[in-house]
Amino acid sequence: MAKRVLFVGAGPGGLMTANRLAKMLPQEIRSGELEIVVLSDTPRHFYQPGLLYVALDLALPDGFERPQNRLKVPGVELVVDPAVRIMANERAVVCKSGRRVEYDYLVIATGSVPDLDAIPGFREGAHSFYTLPEALKLRKAIQSFDSGRLLMIIGVPHKCPVAPLEFMFMLDDALRKSGKRNQVELMYTYPIARLHSLEPVSNWAEKEFAERNIIGETFFNPESIDPVKRLVYTLEGEEVPYDLLVAIPPHTGAKIVKDSGLGDNEGWLPTDRSSLKVIGQDRIYALGDATNLPISKAGSTAHYQSGVVAANLAHELRGEPASVPYDGKVFCFIEAGLEEATHITFDYNHPPQPSDPSGMTHWFKLAFNEMYWLSLRGLI
Amino acid sequence: MDKVEITREIDARGSYCPGPMMELIRVMRSAAVGDVIAVLSSDQGSKRDIPKWTAKASQEFIGVEELEGYDRIVVRKVK
Repeated sequence: MAKRVLFVGAGPGGLMTANRLAKMLPQEIRSGELEIVVLSDTPRHFYQPGLLYVALDLALPDGFERPQNRLKVPGVELVVDPAVRIMANERAVVCKSGRRVEYDYLVIATGSVPDLDAIPGFREGAHSFYTLPEALKLRKAIQSFDSGRLLMIIGVPHKCPVAPLEFMFMLDDALRKSGKRNQVELMYTYPIARLHSLEPVSNWAEKEFAERNIIGETFFNPESIDPVKRLVYTLEGEEVPYDLLVAIPPHTGAKIVKDSGLGDNEGWLPTDRSSLKVIGQDRIYALGDATNLPISKAGSTAHYQSGVVAANLAHELRGEPASVPYDGKVFCFIEAGLEEATHITFDYNHPPQPSDPSGMTHWFKLAFNEMYWLSLRGLI
Repeated sequence: MDKVEITREIDARGSYCPGPMMELIRVMRSAAVGDVIAVLSSDQGSKRDIPKWTAKASQEFIGVEELEGYDRIVVRKVK
């Protein structure tokens, strides 16, 4: 009887790992010894970093979307039926349609969910770019914003930790190009003592902010928004007025994780930082945003983790120990404006050091936006 | 500090991004008033920044325990 590896979630973590595993074990798939099944809650795949470009009117959303079934490699079965419950004791997952899928190994790649209700007043008062409808709404708001204070607030935790800085730098450039910058005050806030979690990035941003006249406020954790008075209230007791509010929504784990009793209070999966197995579950791996690991919730994290999970699954399916460790590696491009970008890479033992921004890195980032579709297929 | 009962411990060693301080804020947001949170951090800045934040946010800073290669920083949610 065939062994089945089941993936819950067809975002970058789930789909990339399934594709990599299928390419590692083609013989087992051809002979019928192995089945790889991916459960997706949507037939479409959206490249989420594209939303930043959509919000700033630098790209249309259409180019960032593909049908899921064109992104899988031969040997991977894609089922569009949202998973609603993981029954770890029975090694089975139940879908919305009532379908029950049993597994030998399970990979949970359910991502993170922007919670637009976590900060009271968010839906009425704030604009964000973490969902397509929100990004389109923000695009419209920016197009008609000619003067006043644009305030950026940040919820914790959130995916893509560099996106708020990228947004500020790109918007600053765009406003200068359109001649509106002198009428607009740009104010950026951050929850901790500096402008970004990564000290070298923060030092770089501080210098850029001074040169570009962007105001930076620290220890700023938004608690509620008054959309009528246009005020943000913080956990630290401050109240700050705005004319246009751009907000990074706090994220939570997926509902299925909470409903299945596998996650912590916020729905993140307790995960071993090296093996990427869910703690206490020998046949369940977790990767990407879904884990509780204290590392960036970003596509590149899922990318590096997918190689580890696929390799360990291949070992285990062949009766060998899961011997490949994850070292905490993350890589991020950081757009420094409309024509320059920098990048950082780091792992559990090596801190990052941003390179000097360059036009070449910006163009490589734009090229990666297209290469993403190849990386999903496990080609890069 | 030995007598304080820890409600939740966060292992943020080796975390550069989002980092121990962001992990603490994340957990404090969903914690109940009275919960005691311990953060394990290998970042030297944490024992300087976390007390600053607890003072600003009117939370209780309980203390720092210096261990081999990392610190254990303990905070209580009071509001």
